[in-house]
Amino acid sequence: MSKTANTNLIMSDAASRRQRISTLLGQSFLFLITSLSTFAVFFIFYFILKDAIPFFKLEGFTEFFSSTRWYPSGSPAEFGALPIFVGTGLVTLGAVAVAVPLGISAAVCLSDLLPFKVRQIVKPVIEVLAAIPSVAYGFFALVVFAPLLQNHGGIILSTGVWLVLGPILALLVIVLGDLLIDKLRKQIPNPKIAGAIIFPILGTLTLIFLFQLSTRLLGLEISSGTNALNVSIILGIMALPTVVSVSEDALQAAGRELREGSYALGATRAETIIKTIIPASISGILAAVILGVMRAIGETMVVWMASGNASRIPEPWYNVLQPIRTLTATIAGDMGEADHVTGSSRFHVLFAMAFCLLAFSFIMNLVSEIIVKRSRKKLGK
Amino acid sequence: MKIQILAMTAAATVAATAGASDKIVIDGSTTVGPIAKAFAEYYMAANPDVNITVSESGSGNGAKSMVNGTCDVAIMSRPMKETEFKAAADKGIQPVAHVVSLDGLPILVHPSNPVQELTVEQVRKIYLGEISNWKEVGGPDKAIVTISRDTNSGTYETFAKLVMNKEKIGGKCEYVGSNGAIRQRVQSTPAAIGYAGLGFVDKTVKALKINGIYPSAETVQTGEYPVARPLFMYTDGYPKLGTPLYQFITIHLTEDGQEMVEEIGFVPVTAY
Repeated sequence: MSKTANTNLIMSDAASRRQRISTLLGQSFLFLITSLSTFAVFFIFYFILKDAIPFFKLEGFTEFFSSTRWYPSGSPAEFGALPIFVGTGLVTLGAVAVAVPLGISAAVCLSDLLPFKVRQIVKPVIEVLAAIPSVAYGFFALVVFAPLLQNHGGIILSTGVWLVLGPILALLVIVLGDLLIDKLRKQIPNPKIAGAIIFPILGTLTLIFLFQLSTRLLGLEISSGTNALNVSIILGIMALPTVVSVSEDALQAAGRELREGSYALGATRAETIIKTIIPASISGILAAVILGVMRAIGETMVVWMASGNASRIPEPWYNVLQPIRTLTATIAGDMGEADHVTGSSRFHVLFAMAFCLLAFSFIMNLVSEIIVKRSRKKLGK
Repeated sequence: MKIQILAMTAAATVAATAGASDKIVIDGSTTVGPIAKAFAEYYMAANPDVNITVSESGSGNGAKSMVNGTCDVAIMSRPMKETEFKAAADKGIQPVAHVVSLDGLPILVHPSNPVQELTVEQVRKIYLGEISNWKEVGGPDKAIVTISRDTNSGTYETFAKLVMNKEKIGGKCEYVGSNGAIRQRVQSTPAAIGYAGLGFVDKTVKALKINGIYPSAETVQTGEYPVARPLFMYTDGYPKLGTPLYQFITIHLTEDGQEMVEEIGFVPVTAY
């Protein structure tokens, strides 16, 4: 510390020593806490790996990853976890298919369409979804939703198709129609006449397709309501608050200047949202999607209660109307009987599954990190 | 799920036989749990100095606790396995079985299902996936939805032994975590078949005749109903006569004990 003329501003040696020590103490304390949470991650990896490796030593890799026969309690025991991996993947994909379109549309609506006052009310209401305990979701899925799917599955599915595919196809018809009119400009120079011909044709074709699909679904009989579809929808709803709130934050962060700039260039609101705001906040939206995926893949209680827990690959593999089993539910369900005493493979196989889950979420995290970095570079931030 | 029943502390009591602050720790099957809890309440009402705790964590966990020496009584809905006996013997523990009651495993279907009767062979084929439609056993043209307890439970092991004859249940079968969940799934699914303890049969589900025998307390007791099992309490060695543990473990032989067993929906071992 350099001494200046004004001695009043100079601390006494003791005081400055005190300050230095307390700064050091505070810093090292905070550093300790930070490193503790980092170490926790390493310890989790270490302990799971420690108990997972004996399984692969005992049983090898081939059966675990390629066999479809899962009989951990049989004698001899069989540990084919392929259907369980497929089940986990199917449910996660299903949850993403529900949560991502819904969540991003809701986020766009919240950030760019709704007036501020309404948004202040709607956003917390959506976030309440995250506060409901997962066992309550599971109970709902098992006691209310599963019987509903069994008794009125056809009606639910066909209305769902109309609600989801209807708007998407309508948009598609408009875009396709415009493109066709452009292409046919040589043959039919008047765009109004071309439109009068093309739009009814495309519209009827789409309606016929939708009718065909919905009548086929209407006749469908769902024998068991505890299936991949049930769980996918519920998990999608559970992942919704994460997706909505993270991507809404990202859209908000795009900033007022960007929006005003876009309007100033003569863009409409739709063009501003689709061509400017969403590309600008794509990294945040991707992060939201990945967080949603993690929520869906790690959820245990709902899948244990309502997925049926049948360790079989559905036929065909994308058939979401059949019961499936997931990694998390298997770990939760088989824990009680599996221990060192009564057979070590059965104990270690659960750790092998836990390790696969951990590795997957680690990779997802890494990927999201890379995506965010790349898109930042592209945007020149 | 852990349920603890704590003894009410009574200020001045004459403990009939028990010494001061005796403790009995019970752990194991969710099926036998209600019996153990009823016995514990009954025993503690008479002997306020004895503190009994009952945890329900599954038959396998009961055996585990016994081997680890963390419980006095392991309640189990299946006999101990060879591996468990061996692990206990290695630690110097001698599990002694006490059969506290009998239980049947009724095969349950939806009340709207016209099927009244199946054979053990047919049930096995249904769970193997060889019979996959109700019309093959005289029912409507509907795909059968098989529902089983998870492989963790004693109920599952009993079913696997008595019905499946150690053959493996087909992959299409759905697994649920409790007897109550089985009943819930069966009563809401017209094409379902499941199995649960005798105490879980009510109007919302239909129990089938198996090999011509309807599951009831009588047919279980006489051994006519083919899918029945004893329920156990295991202790380390036979308890010393006169100790609280001895008194507790013999409650099922008294008239009160048998009434309690019946009230919960199981079948007493002896007729009174």
